Amino acid sequence: MKTEYQKAWFFVLPVLILVAFNALMPIMTVVNYSVQETFGDNLFFWQGLDWFEQILRSDRFQAALGRQFLFTAIILAIEVPLGVVIALSMPRKGIWVPVCLVLMALPMLIPWNVVGAMWNIFTLPSIGLLGYFMNDVLGVNYDMTQSPFAAWATVIVMDVWHWTSLVVLLAYAGLVSIPDAYYQAAKIDGASPWSVFRYIQLPKMKTVLTIAILLRFMDSFNIYTEPFVLTGGGPGNSTTLLSIDLVKIALGQFDLGPAAAMSLIYFAITLLVSWLFYTLMTKDDQS
Amino acid sequence: MARITLSDLKHSYFPNPQTPEDYALKDIDLSWRDGGAYALLGPSGCGKSTLLNIISGLLVPSEGRILFDETDVTDLPPDQRNIAQVFQFPVIYDTMTVRQNLEFPLKNRGVDAKRRAERVSEIADMLEVTDMLDVRASNLSPDNKQKISMGRGLVRDDVNVVMFDEPLTVIDPHLKWKLRSKLKELHQRVKVTMIYVTHDQTEALTFADQVVVMQEGEIVQIGSPVELFERPEHTFVGHFIGSPGMNILPCEARGGDRAAFEGHEVTLEGPLKGQGGQTTLGVRPEFVSLSQSGIPAQVVKVADIGRHFVINAQVGNSVVKAITGGEAPAQGATVHLSFQPDQTRIYRDGRIATERRIA
Repeated sequence: MKTEYQKAWFFVLPVLILVAFNALMPIMTVVNYSVQETFGDNLFFWQGLDWFEQILRSDRFQAALGRQFLFTAIILAIEVPLGVVIALSMPRKGIWVPVCLVLMALPMLIPWNVVGAMWNIFTLPSIGLLGYFMNDVLGVNYDMTQSPFAAWATVIVMDVWHWTSLVVLLAYAGLVSIPDAYYQAAKIDGASPWSVFRYIQLPKMKTVLTIAILLRFMDSFNIYTEPFVLTGGGPGNSTTLLSIDLVKIALGQFDLGPAAAMSLIYFAITLLVSWLFYTLMTKDDQS
Repeated sequence: MARITLSDLKHSYFPNPQTPEDYALKDIDLSWRDGGAYALLGPSGCGKSTLLNIISGLLVPSEGRILFDETDVTDLPPDQRNIAQVFQFPVIYDTMTVRQNLEFPLKNRGVDAKRRAERVSEIADMLEVTDMLDVRASNLSPDNKQKISMGRGLVRDDVNVVMFDEPLTVIDPHLKWKLRSKLKELHQRVKVTMIYVTHDQTEALTFADQVVVMQEGEIVQIGSPVELFERPEHTFVGHFIGSPGMNILPCEARGGDRAAFEGHEVTLEGPLKGQGGQTTLGVRPEFVSLSQSGIPAQVVKVADIGRHFVINAQVGNSVVKAITGGEAPAQGATVHLSFQPDQTRIYRDGRIATERRIA
């Protein structure tokens, strides 16, 4: 006997339509392009998985992917510890709490392309404050348009400036949720400041830090606007991260097939790494 | 192990306290015998947790000194006082196993591994947690978590006092009773001073040899559970302890051991001392009986509390509560009340004012 209530499907319909329009259909369009060659006029030729193979084998993609992983690894290695340290040193009560919180939130409120433009001007050797200071006061040869190292350093410092606050705010939220009794018990047990951090603060921050790392991974792995405005991917290809390269292929060269295949590979990598990371981080909690 | 003396202790959470209301603790003078089981009993906000935190060193008092035996520890931090404290919500180190949790205070004090293992197995045995020593502490039930946080205090053999700050708040009712008797048993085994803070009279009276009753930052009475019940020195104690609490009734002194309540003469436990002030009559419902003659009253409410009935009887403008084991009168019936003289006292401005009757 069937006891299922078939009409229930109707209630899911609005969400299905919504998801279809904002996710499924755009993605399927990309899938469509990724397996065909088009010459305009709605003329399509079946290509199979050729584009995927071509992208995966290309030195250009591999280099961009390498740069992307390097960039994400560096900013995570800086922003997560730095964010935790800043959160630990922020006041827990008093009038300085809102002041600190607002100051921390400020960089995140600035539009991304404005951040890029700000740092571009800031670092210009001729008129930028930082550029002038480095070259003329410190005597260090610093020019983003010439040196790949300077370009990388600037992109990283800019991202740290822009996004460390996110880690700070999340870590801080985790910290203030720890009841006083934990600190009091630790005092009575004679715990060192390191033990307090290791056995009380860090475990209590684990959930929010997992979210922070996940968000920072996804955002930094997909970063486009800021480095594009700042360096345009240069000098040479030195700061051409994956999304910048993707846009160059899709809109610069108008190679829609390879660009579509690359998008899907890009998406799959982001999804896979996020899933792996989240599964590993939450594995302990279920046991 | 030490005797703990609190001398002229005052504490205010304000930087510049002016009026007595600014003080959370008003002049506490108290001595705790080594090895005693004490309870600090009082309603929320009476200053009992403040007092506890001062003894443990989490708070430095505004005035006064704390002595452990002859040593002044007022300015010592908690880890140098050799005290242990169990908090309202179980504090455990989530990422550690039960064993690591119990070891933690010893490790921090540089105790060697062999001694640590000995102490941990001894304490685990006492708390009956031996079978969960290698379980991650975050996976325990609240009552076991509370046991572990207790264990972290007991594991040190140099501990002067173990303090409990309403430790059974988050424990299920049927486990509360078990954990409470475990505590009592532990106290008899380890002979360490224990101070138990609570607002629950049952917990205080079952745990402690001596109960310190506090109200608004002051100690109103110190005594054994029996003393607190039988001869409360303050109307607050009479009212706070007992279920239902003491009848506090208006009265007029008639000289000697006589007083008038709503125009009826009653006999007191002894002659009245002193002059002036606001006098009230106090008698516990347990010592009010229904009789053939006595003060006429009208029954307004009868509550069945199991083995007894609590009867509310109206006399003039006052309601007197009486506990009776026999048959309960009907609501609206007229009864006669008599107060047992040796349990009937007068309080002047809240404090006891009759002399104890010499038998």
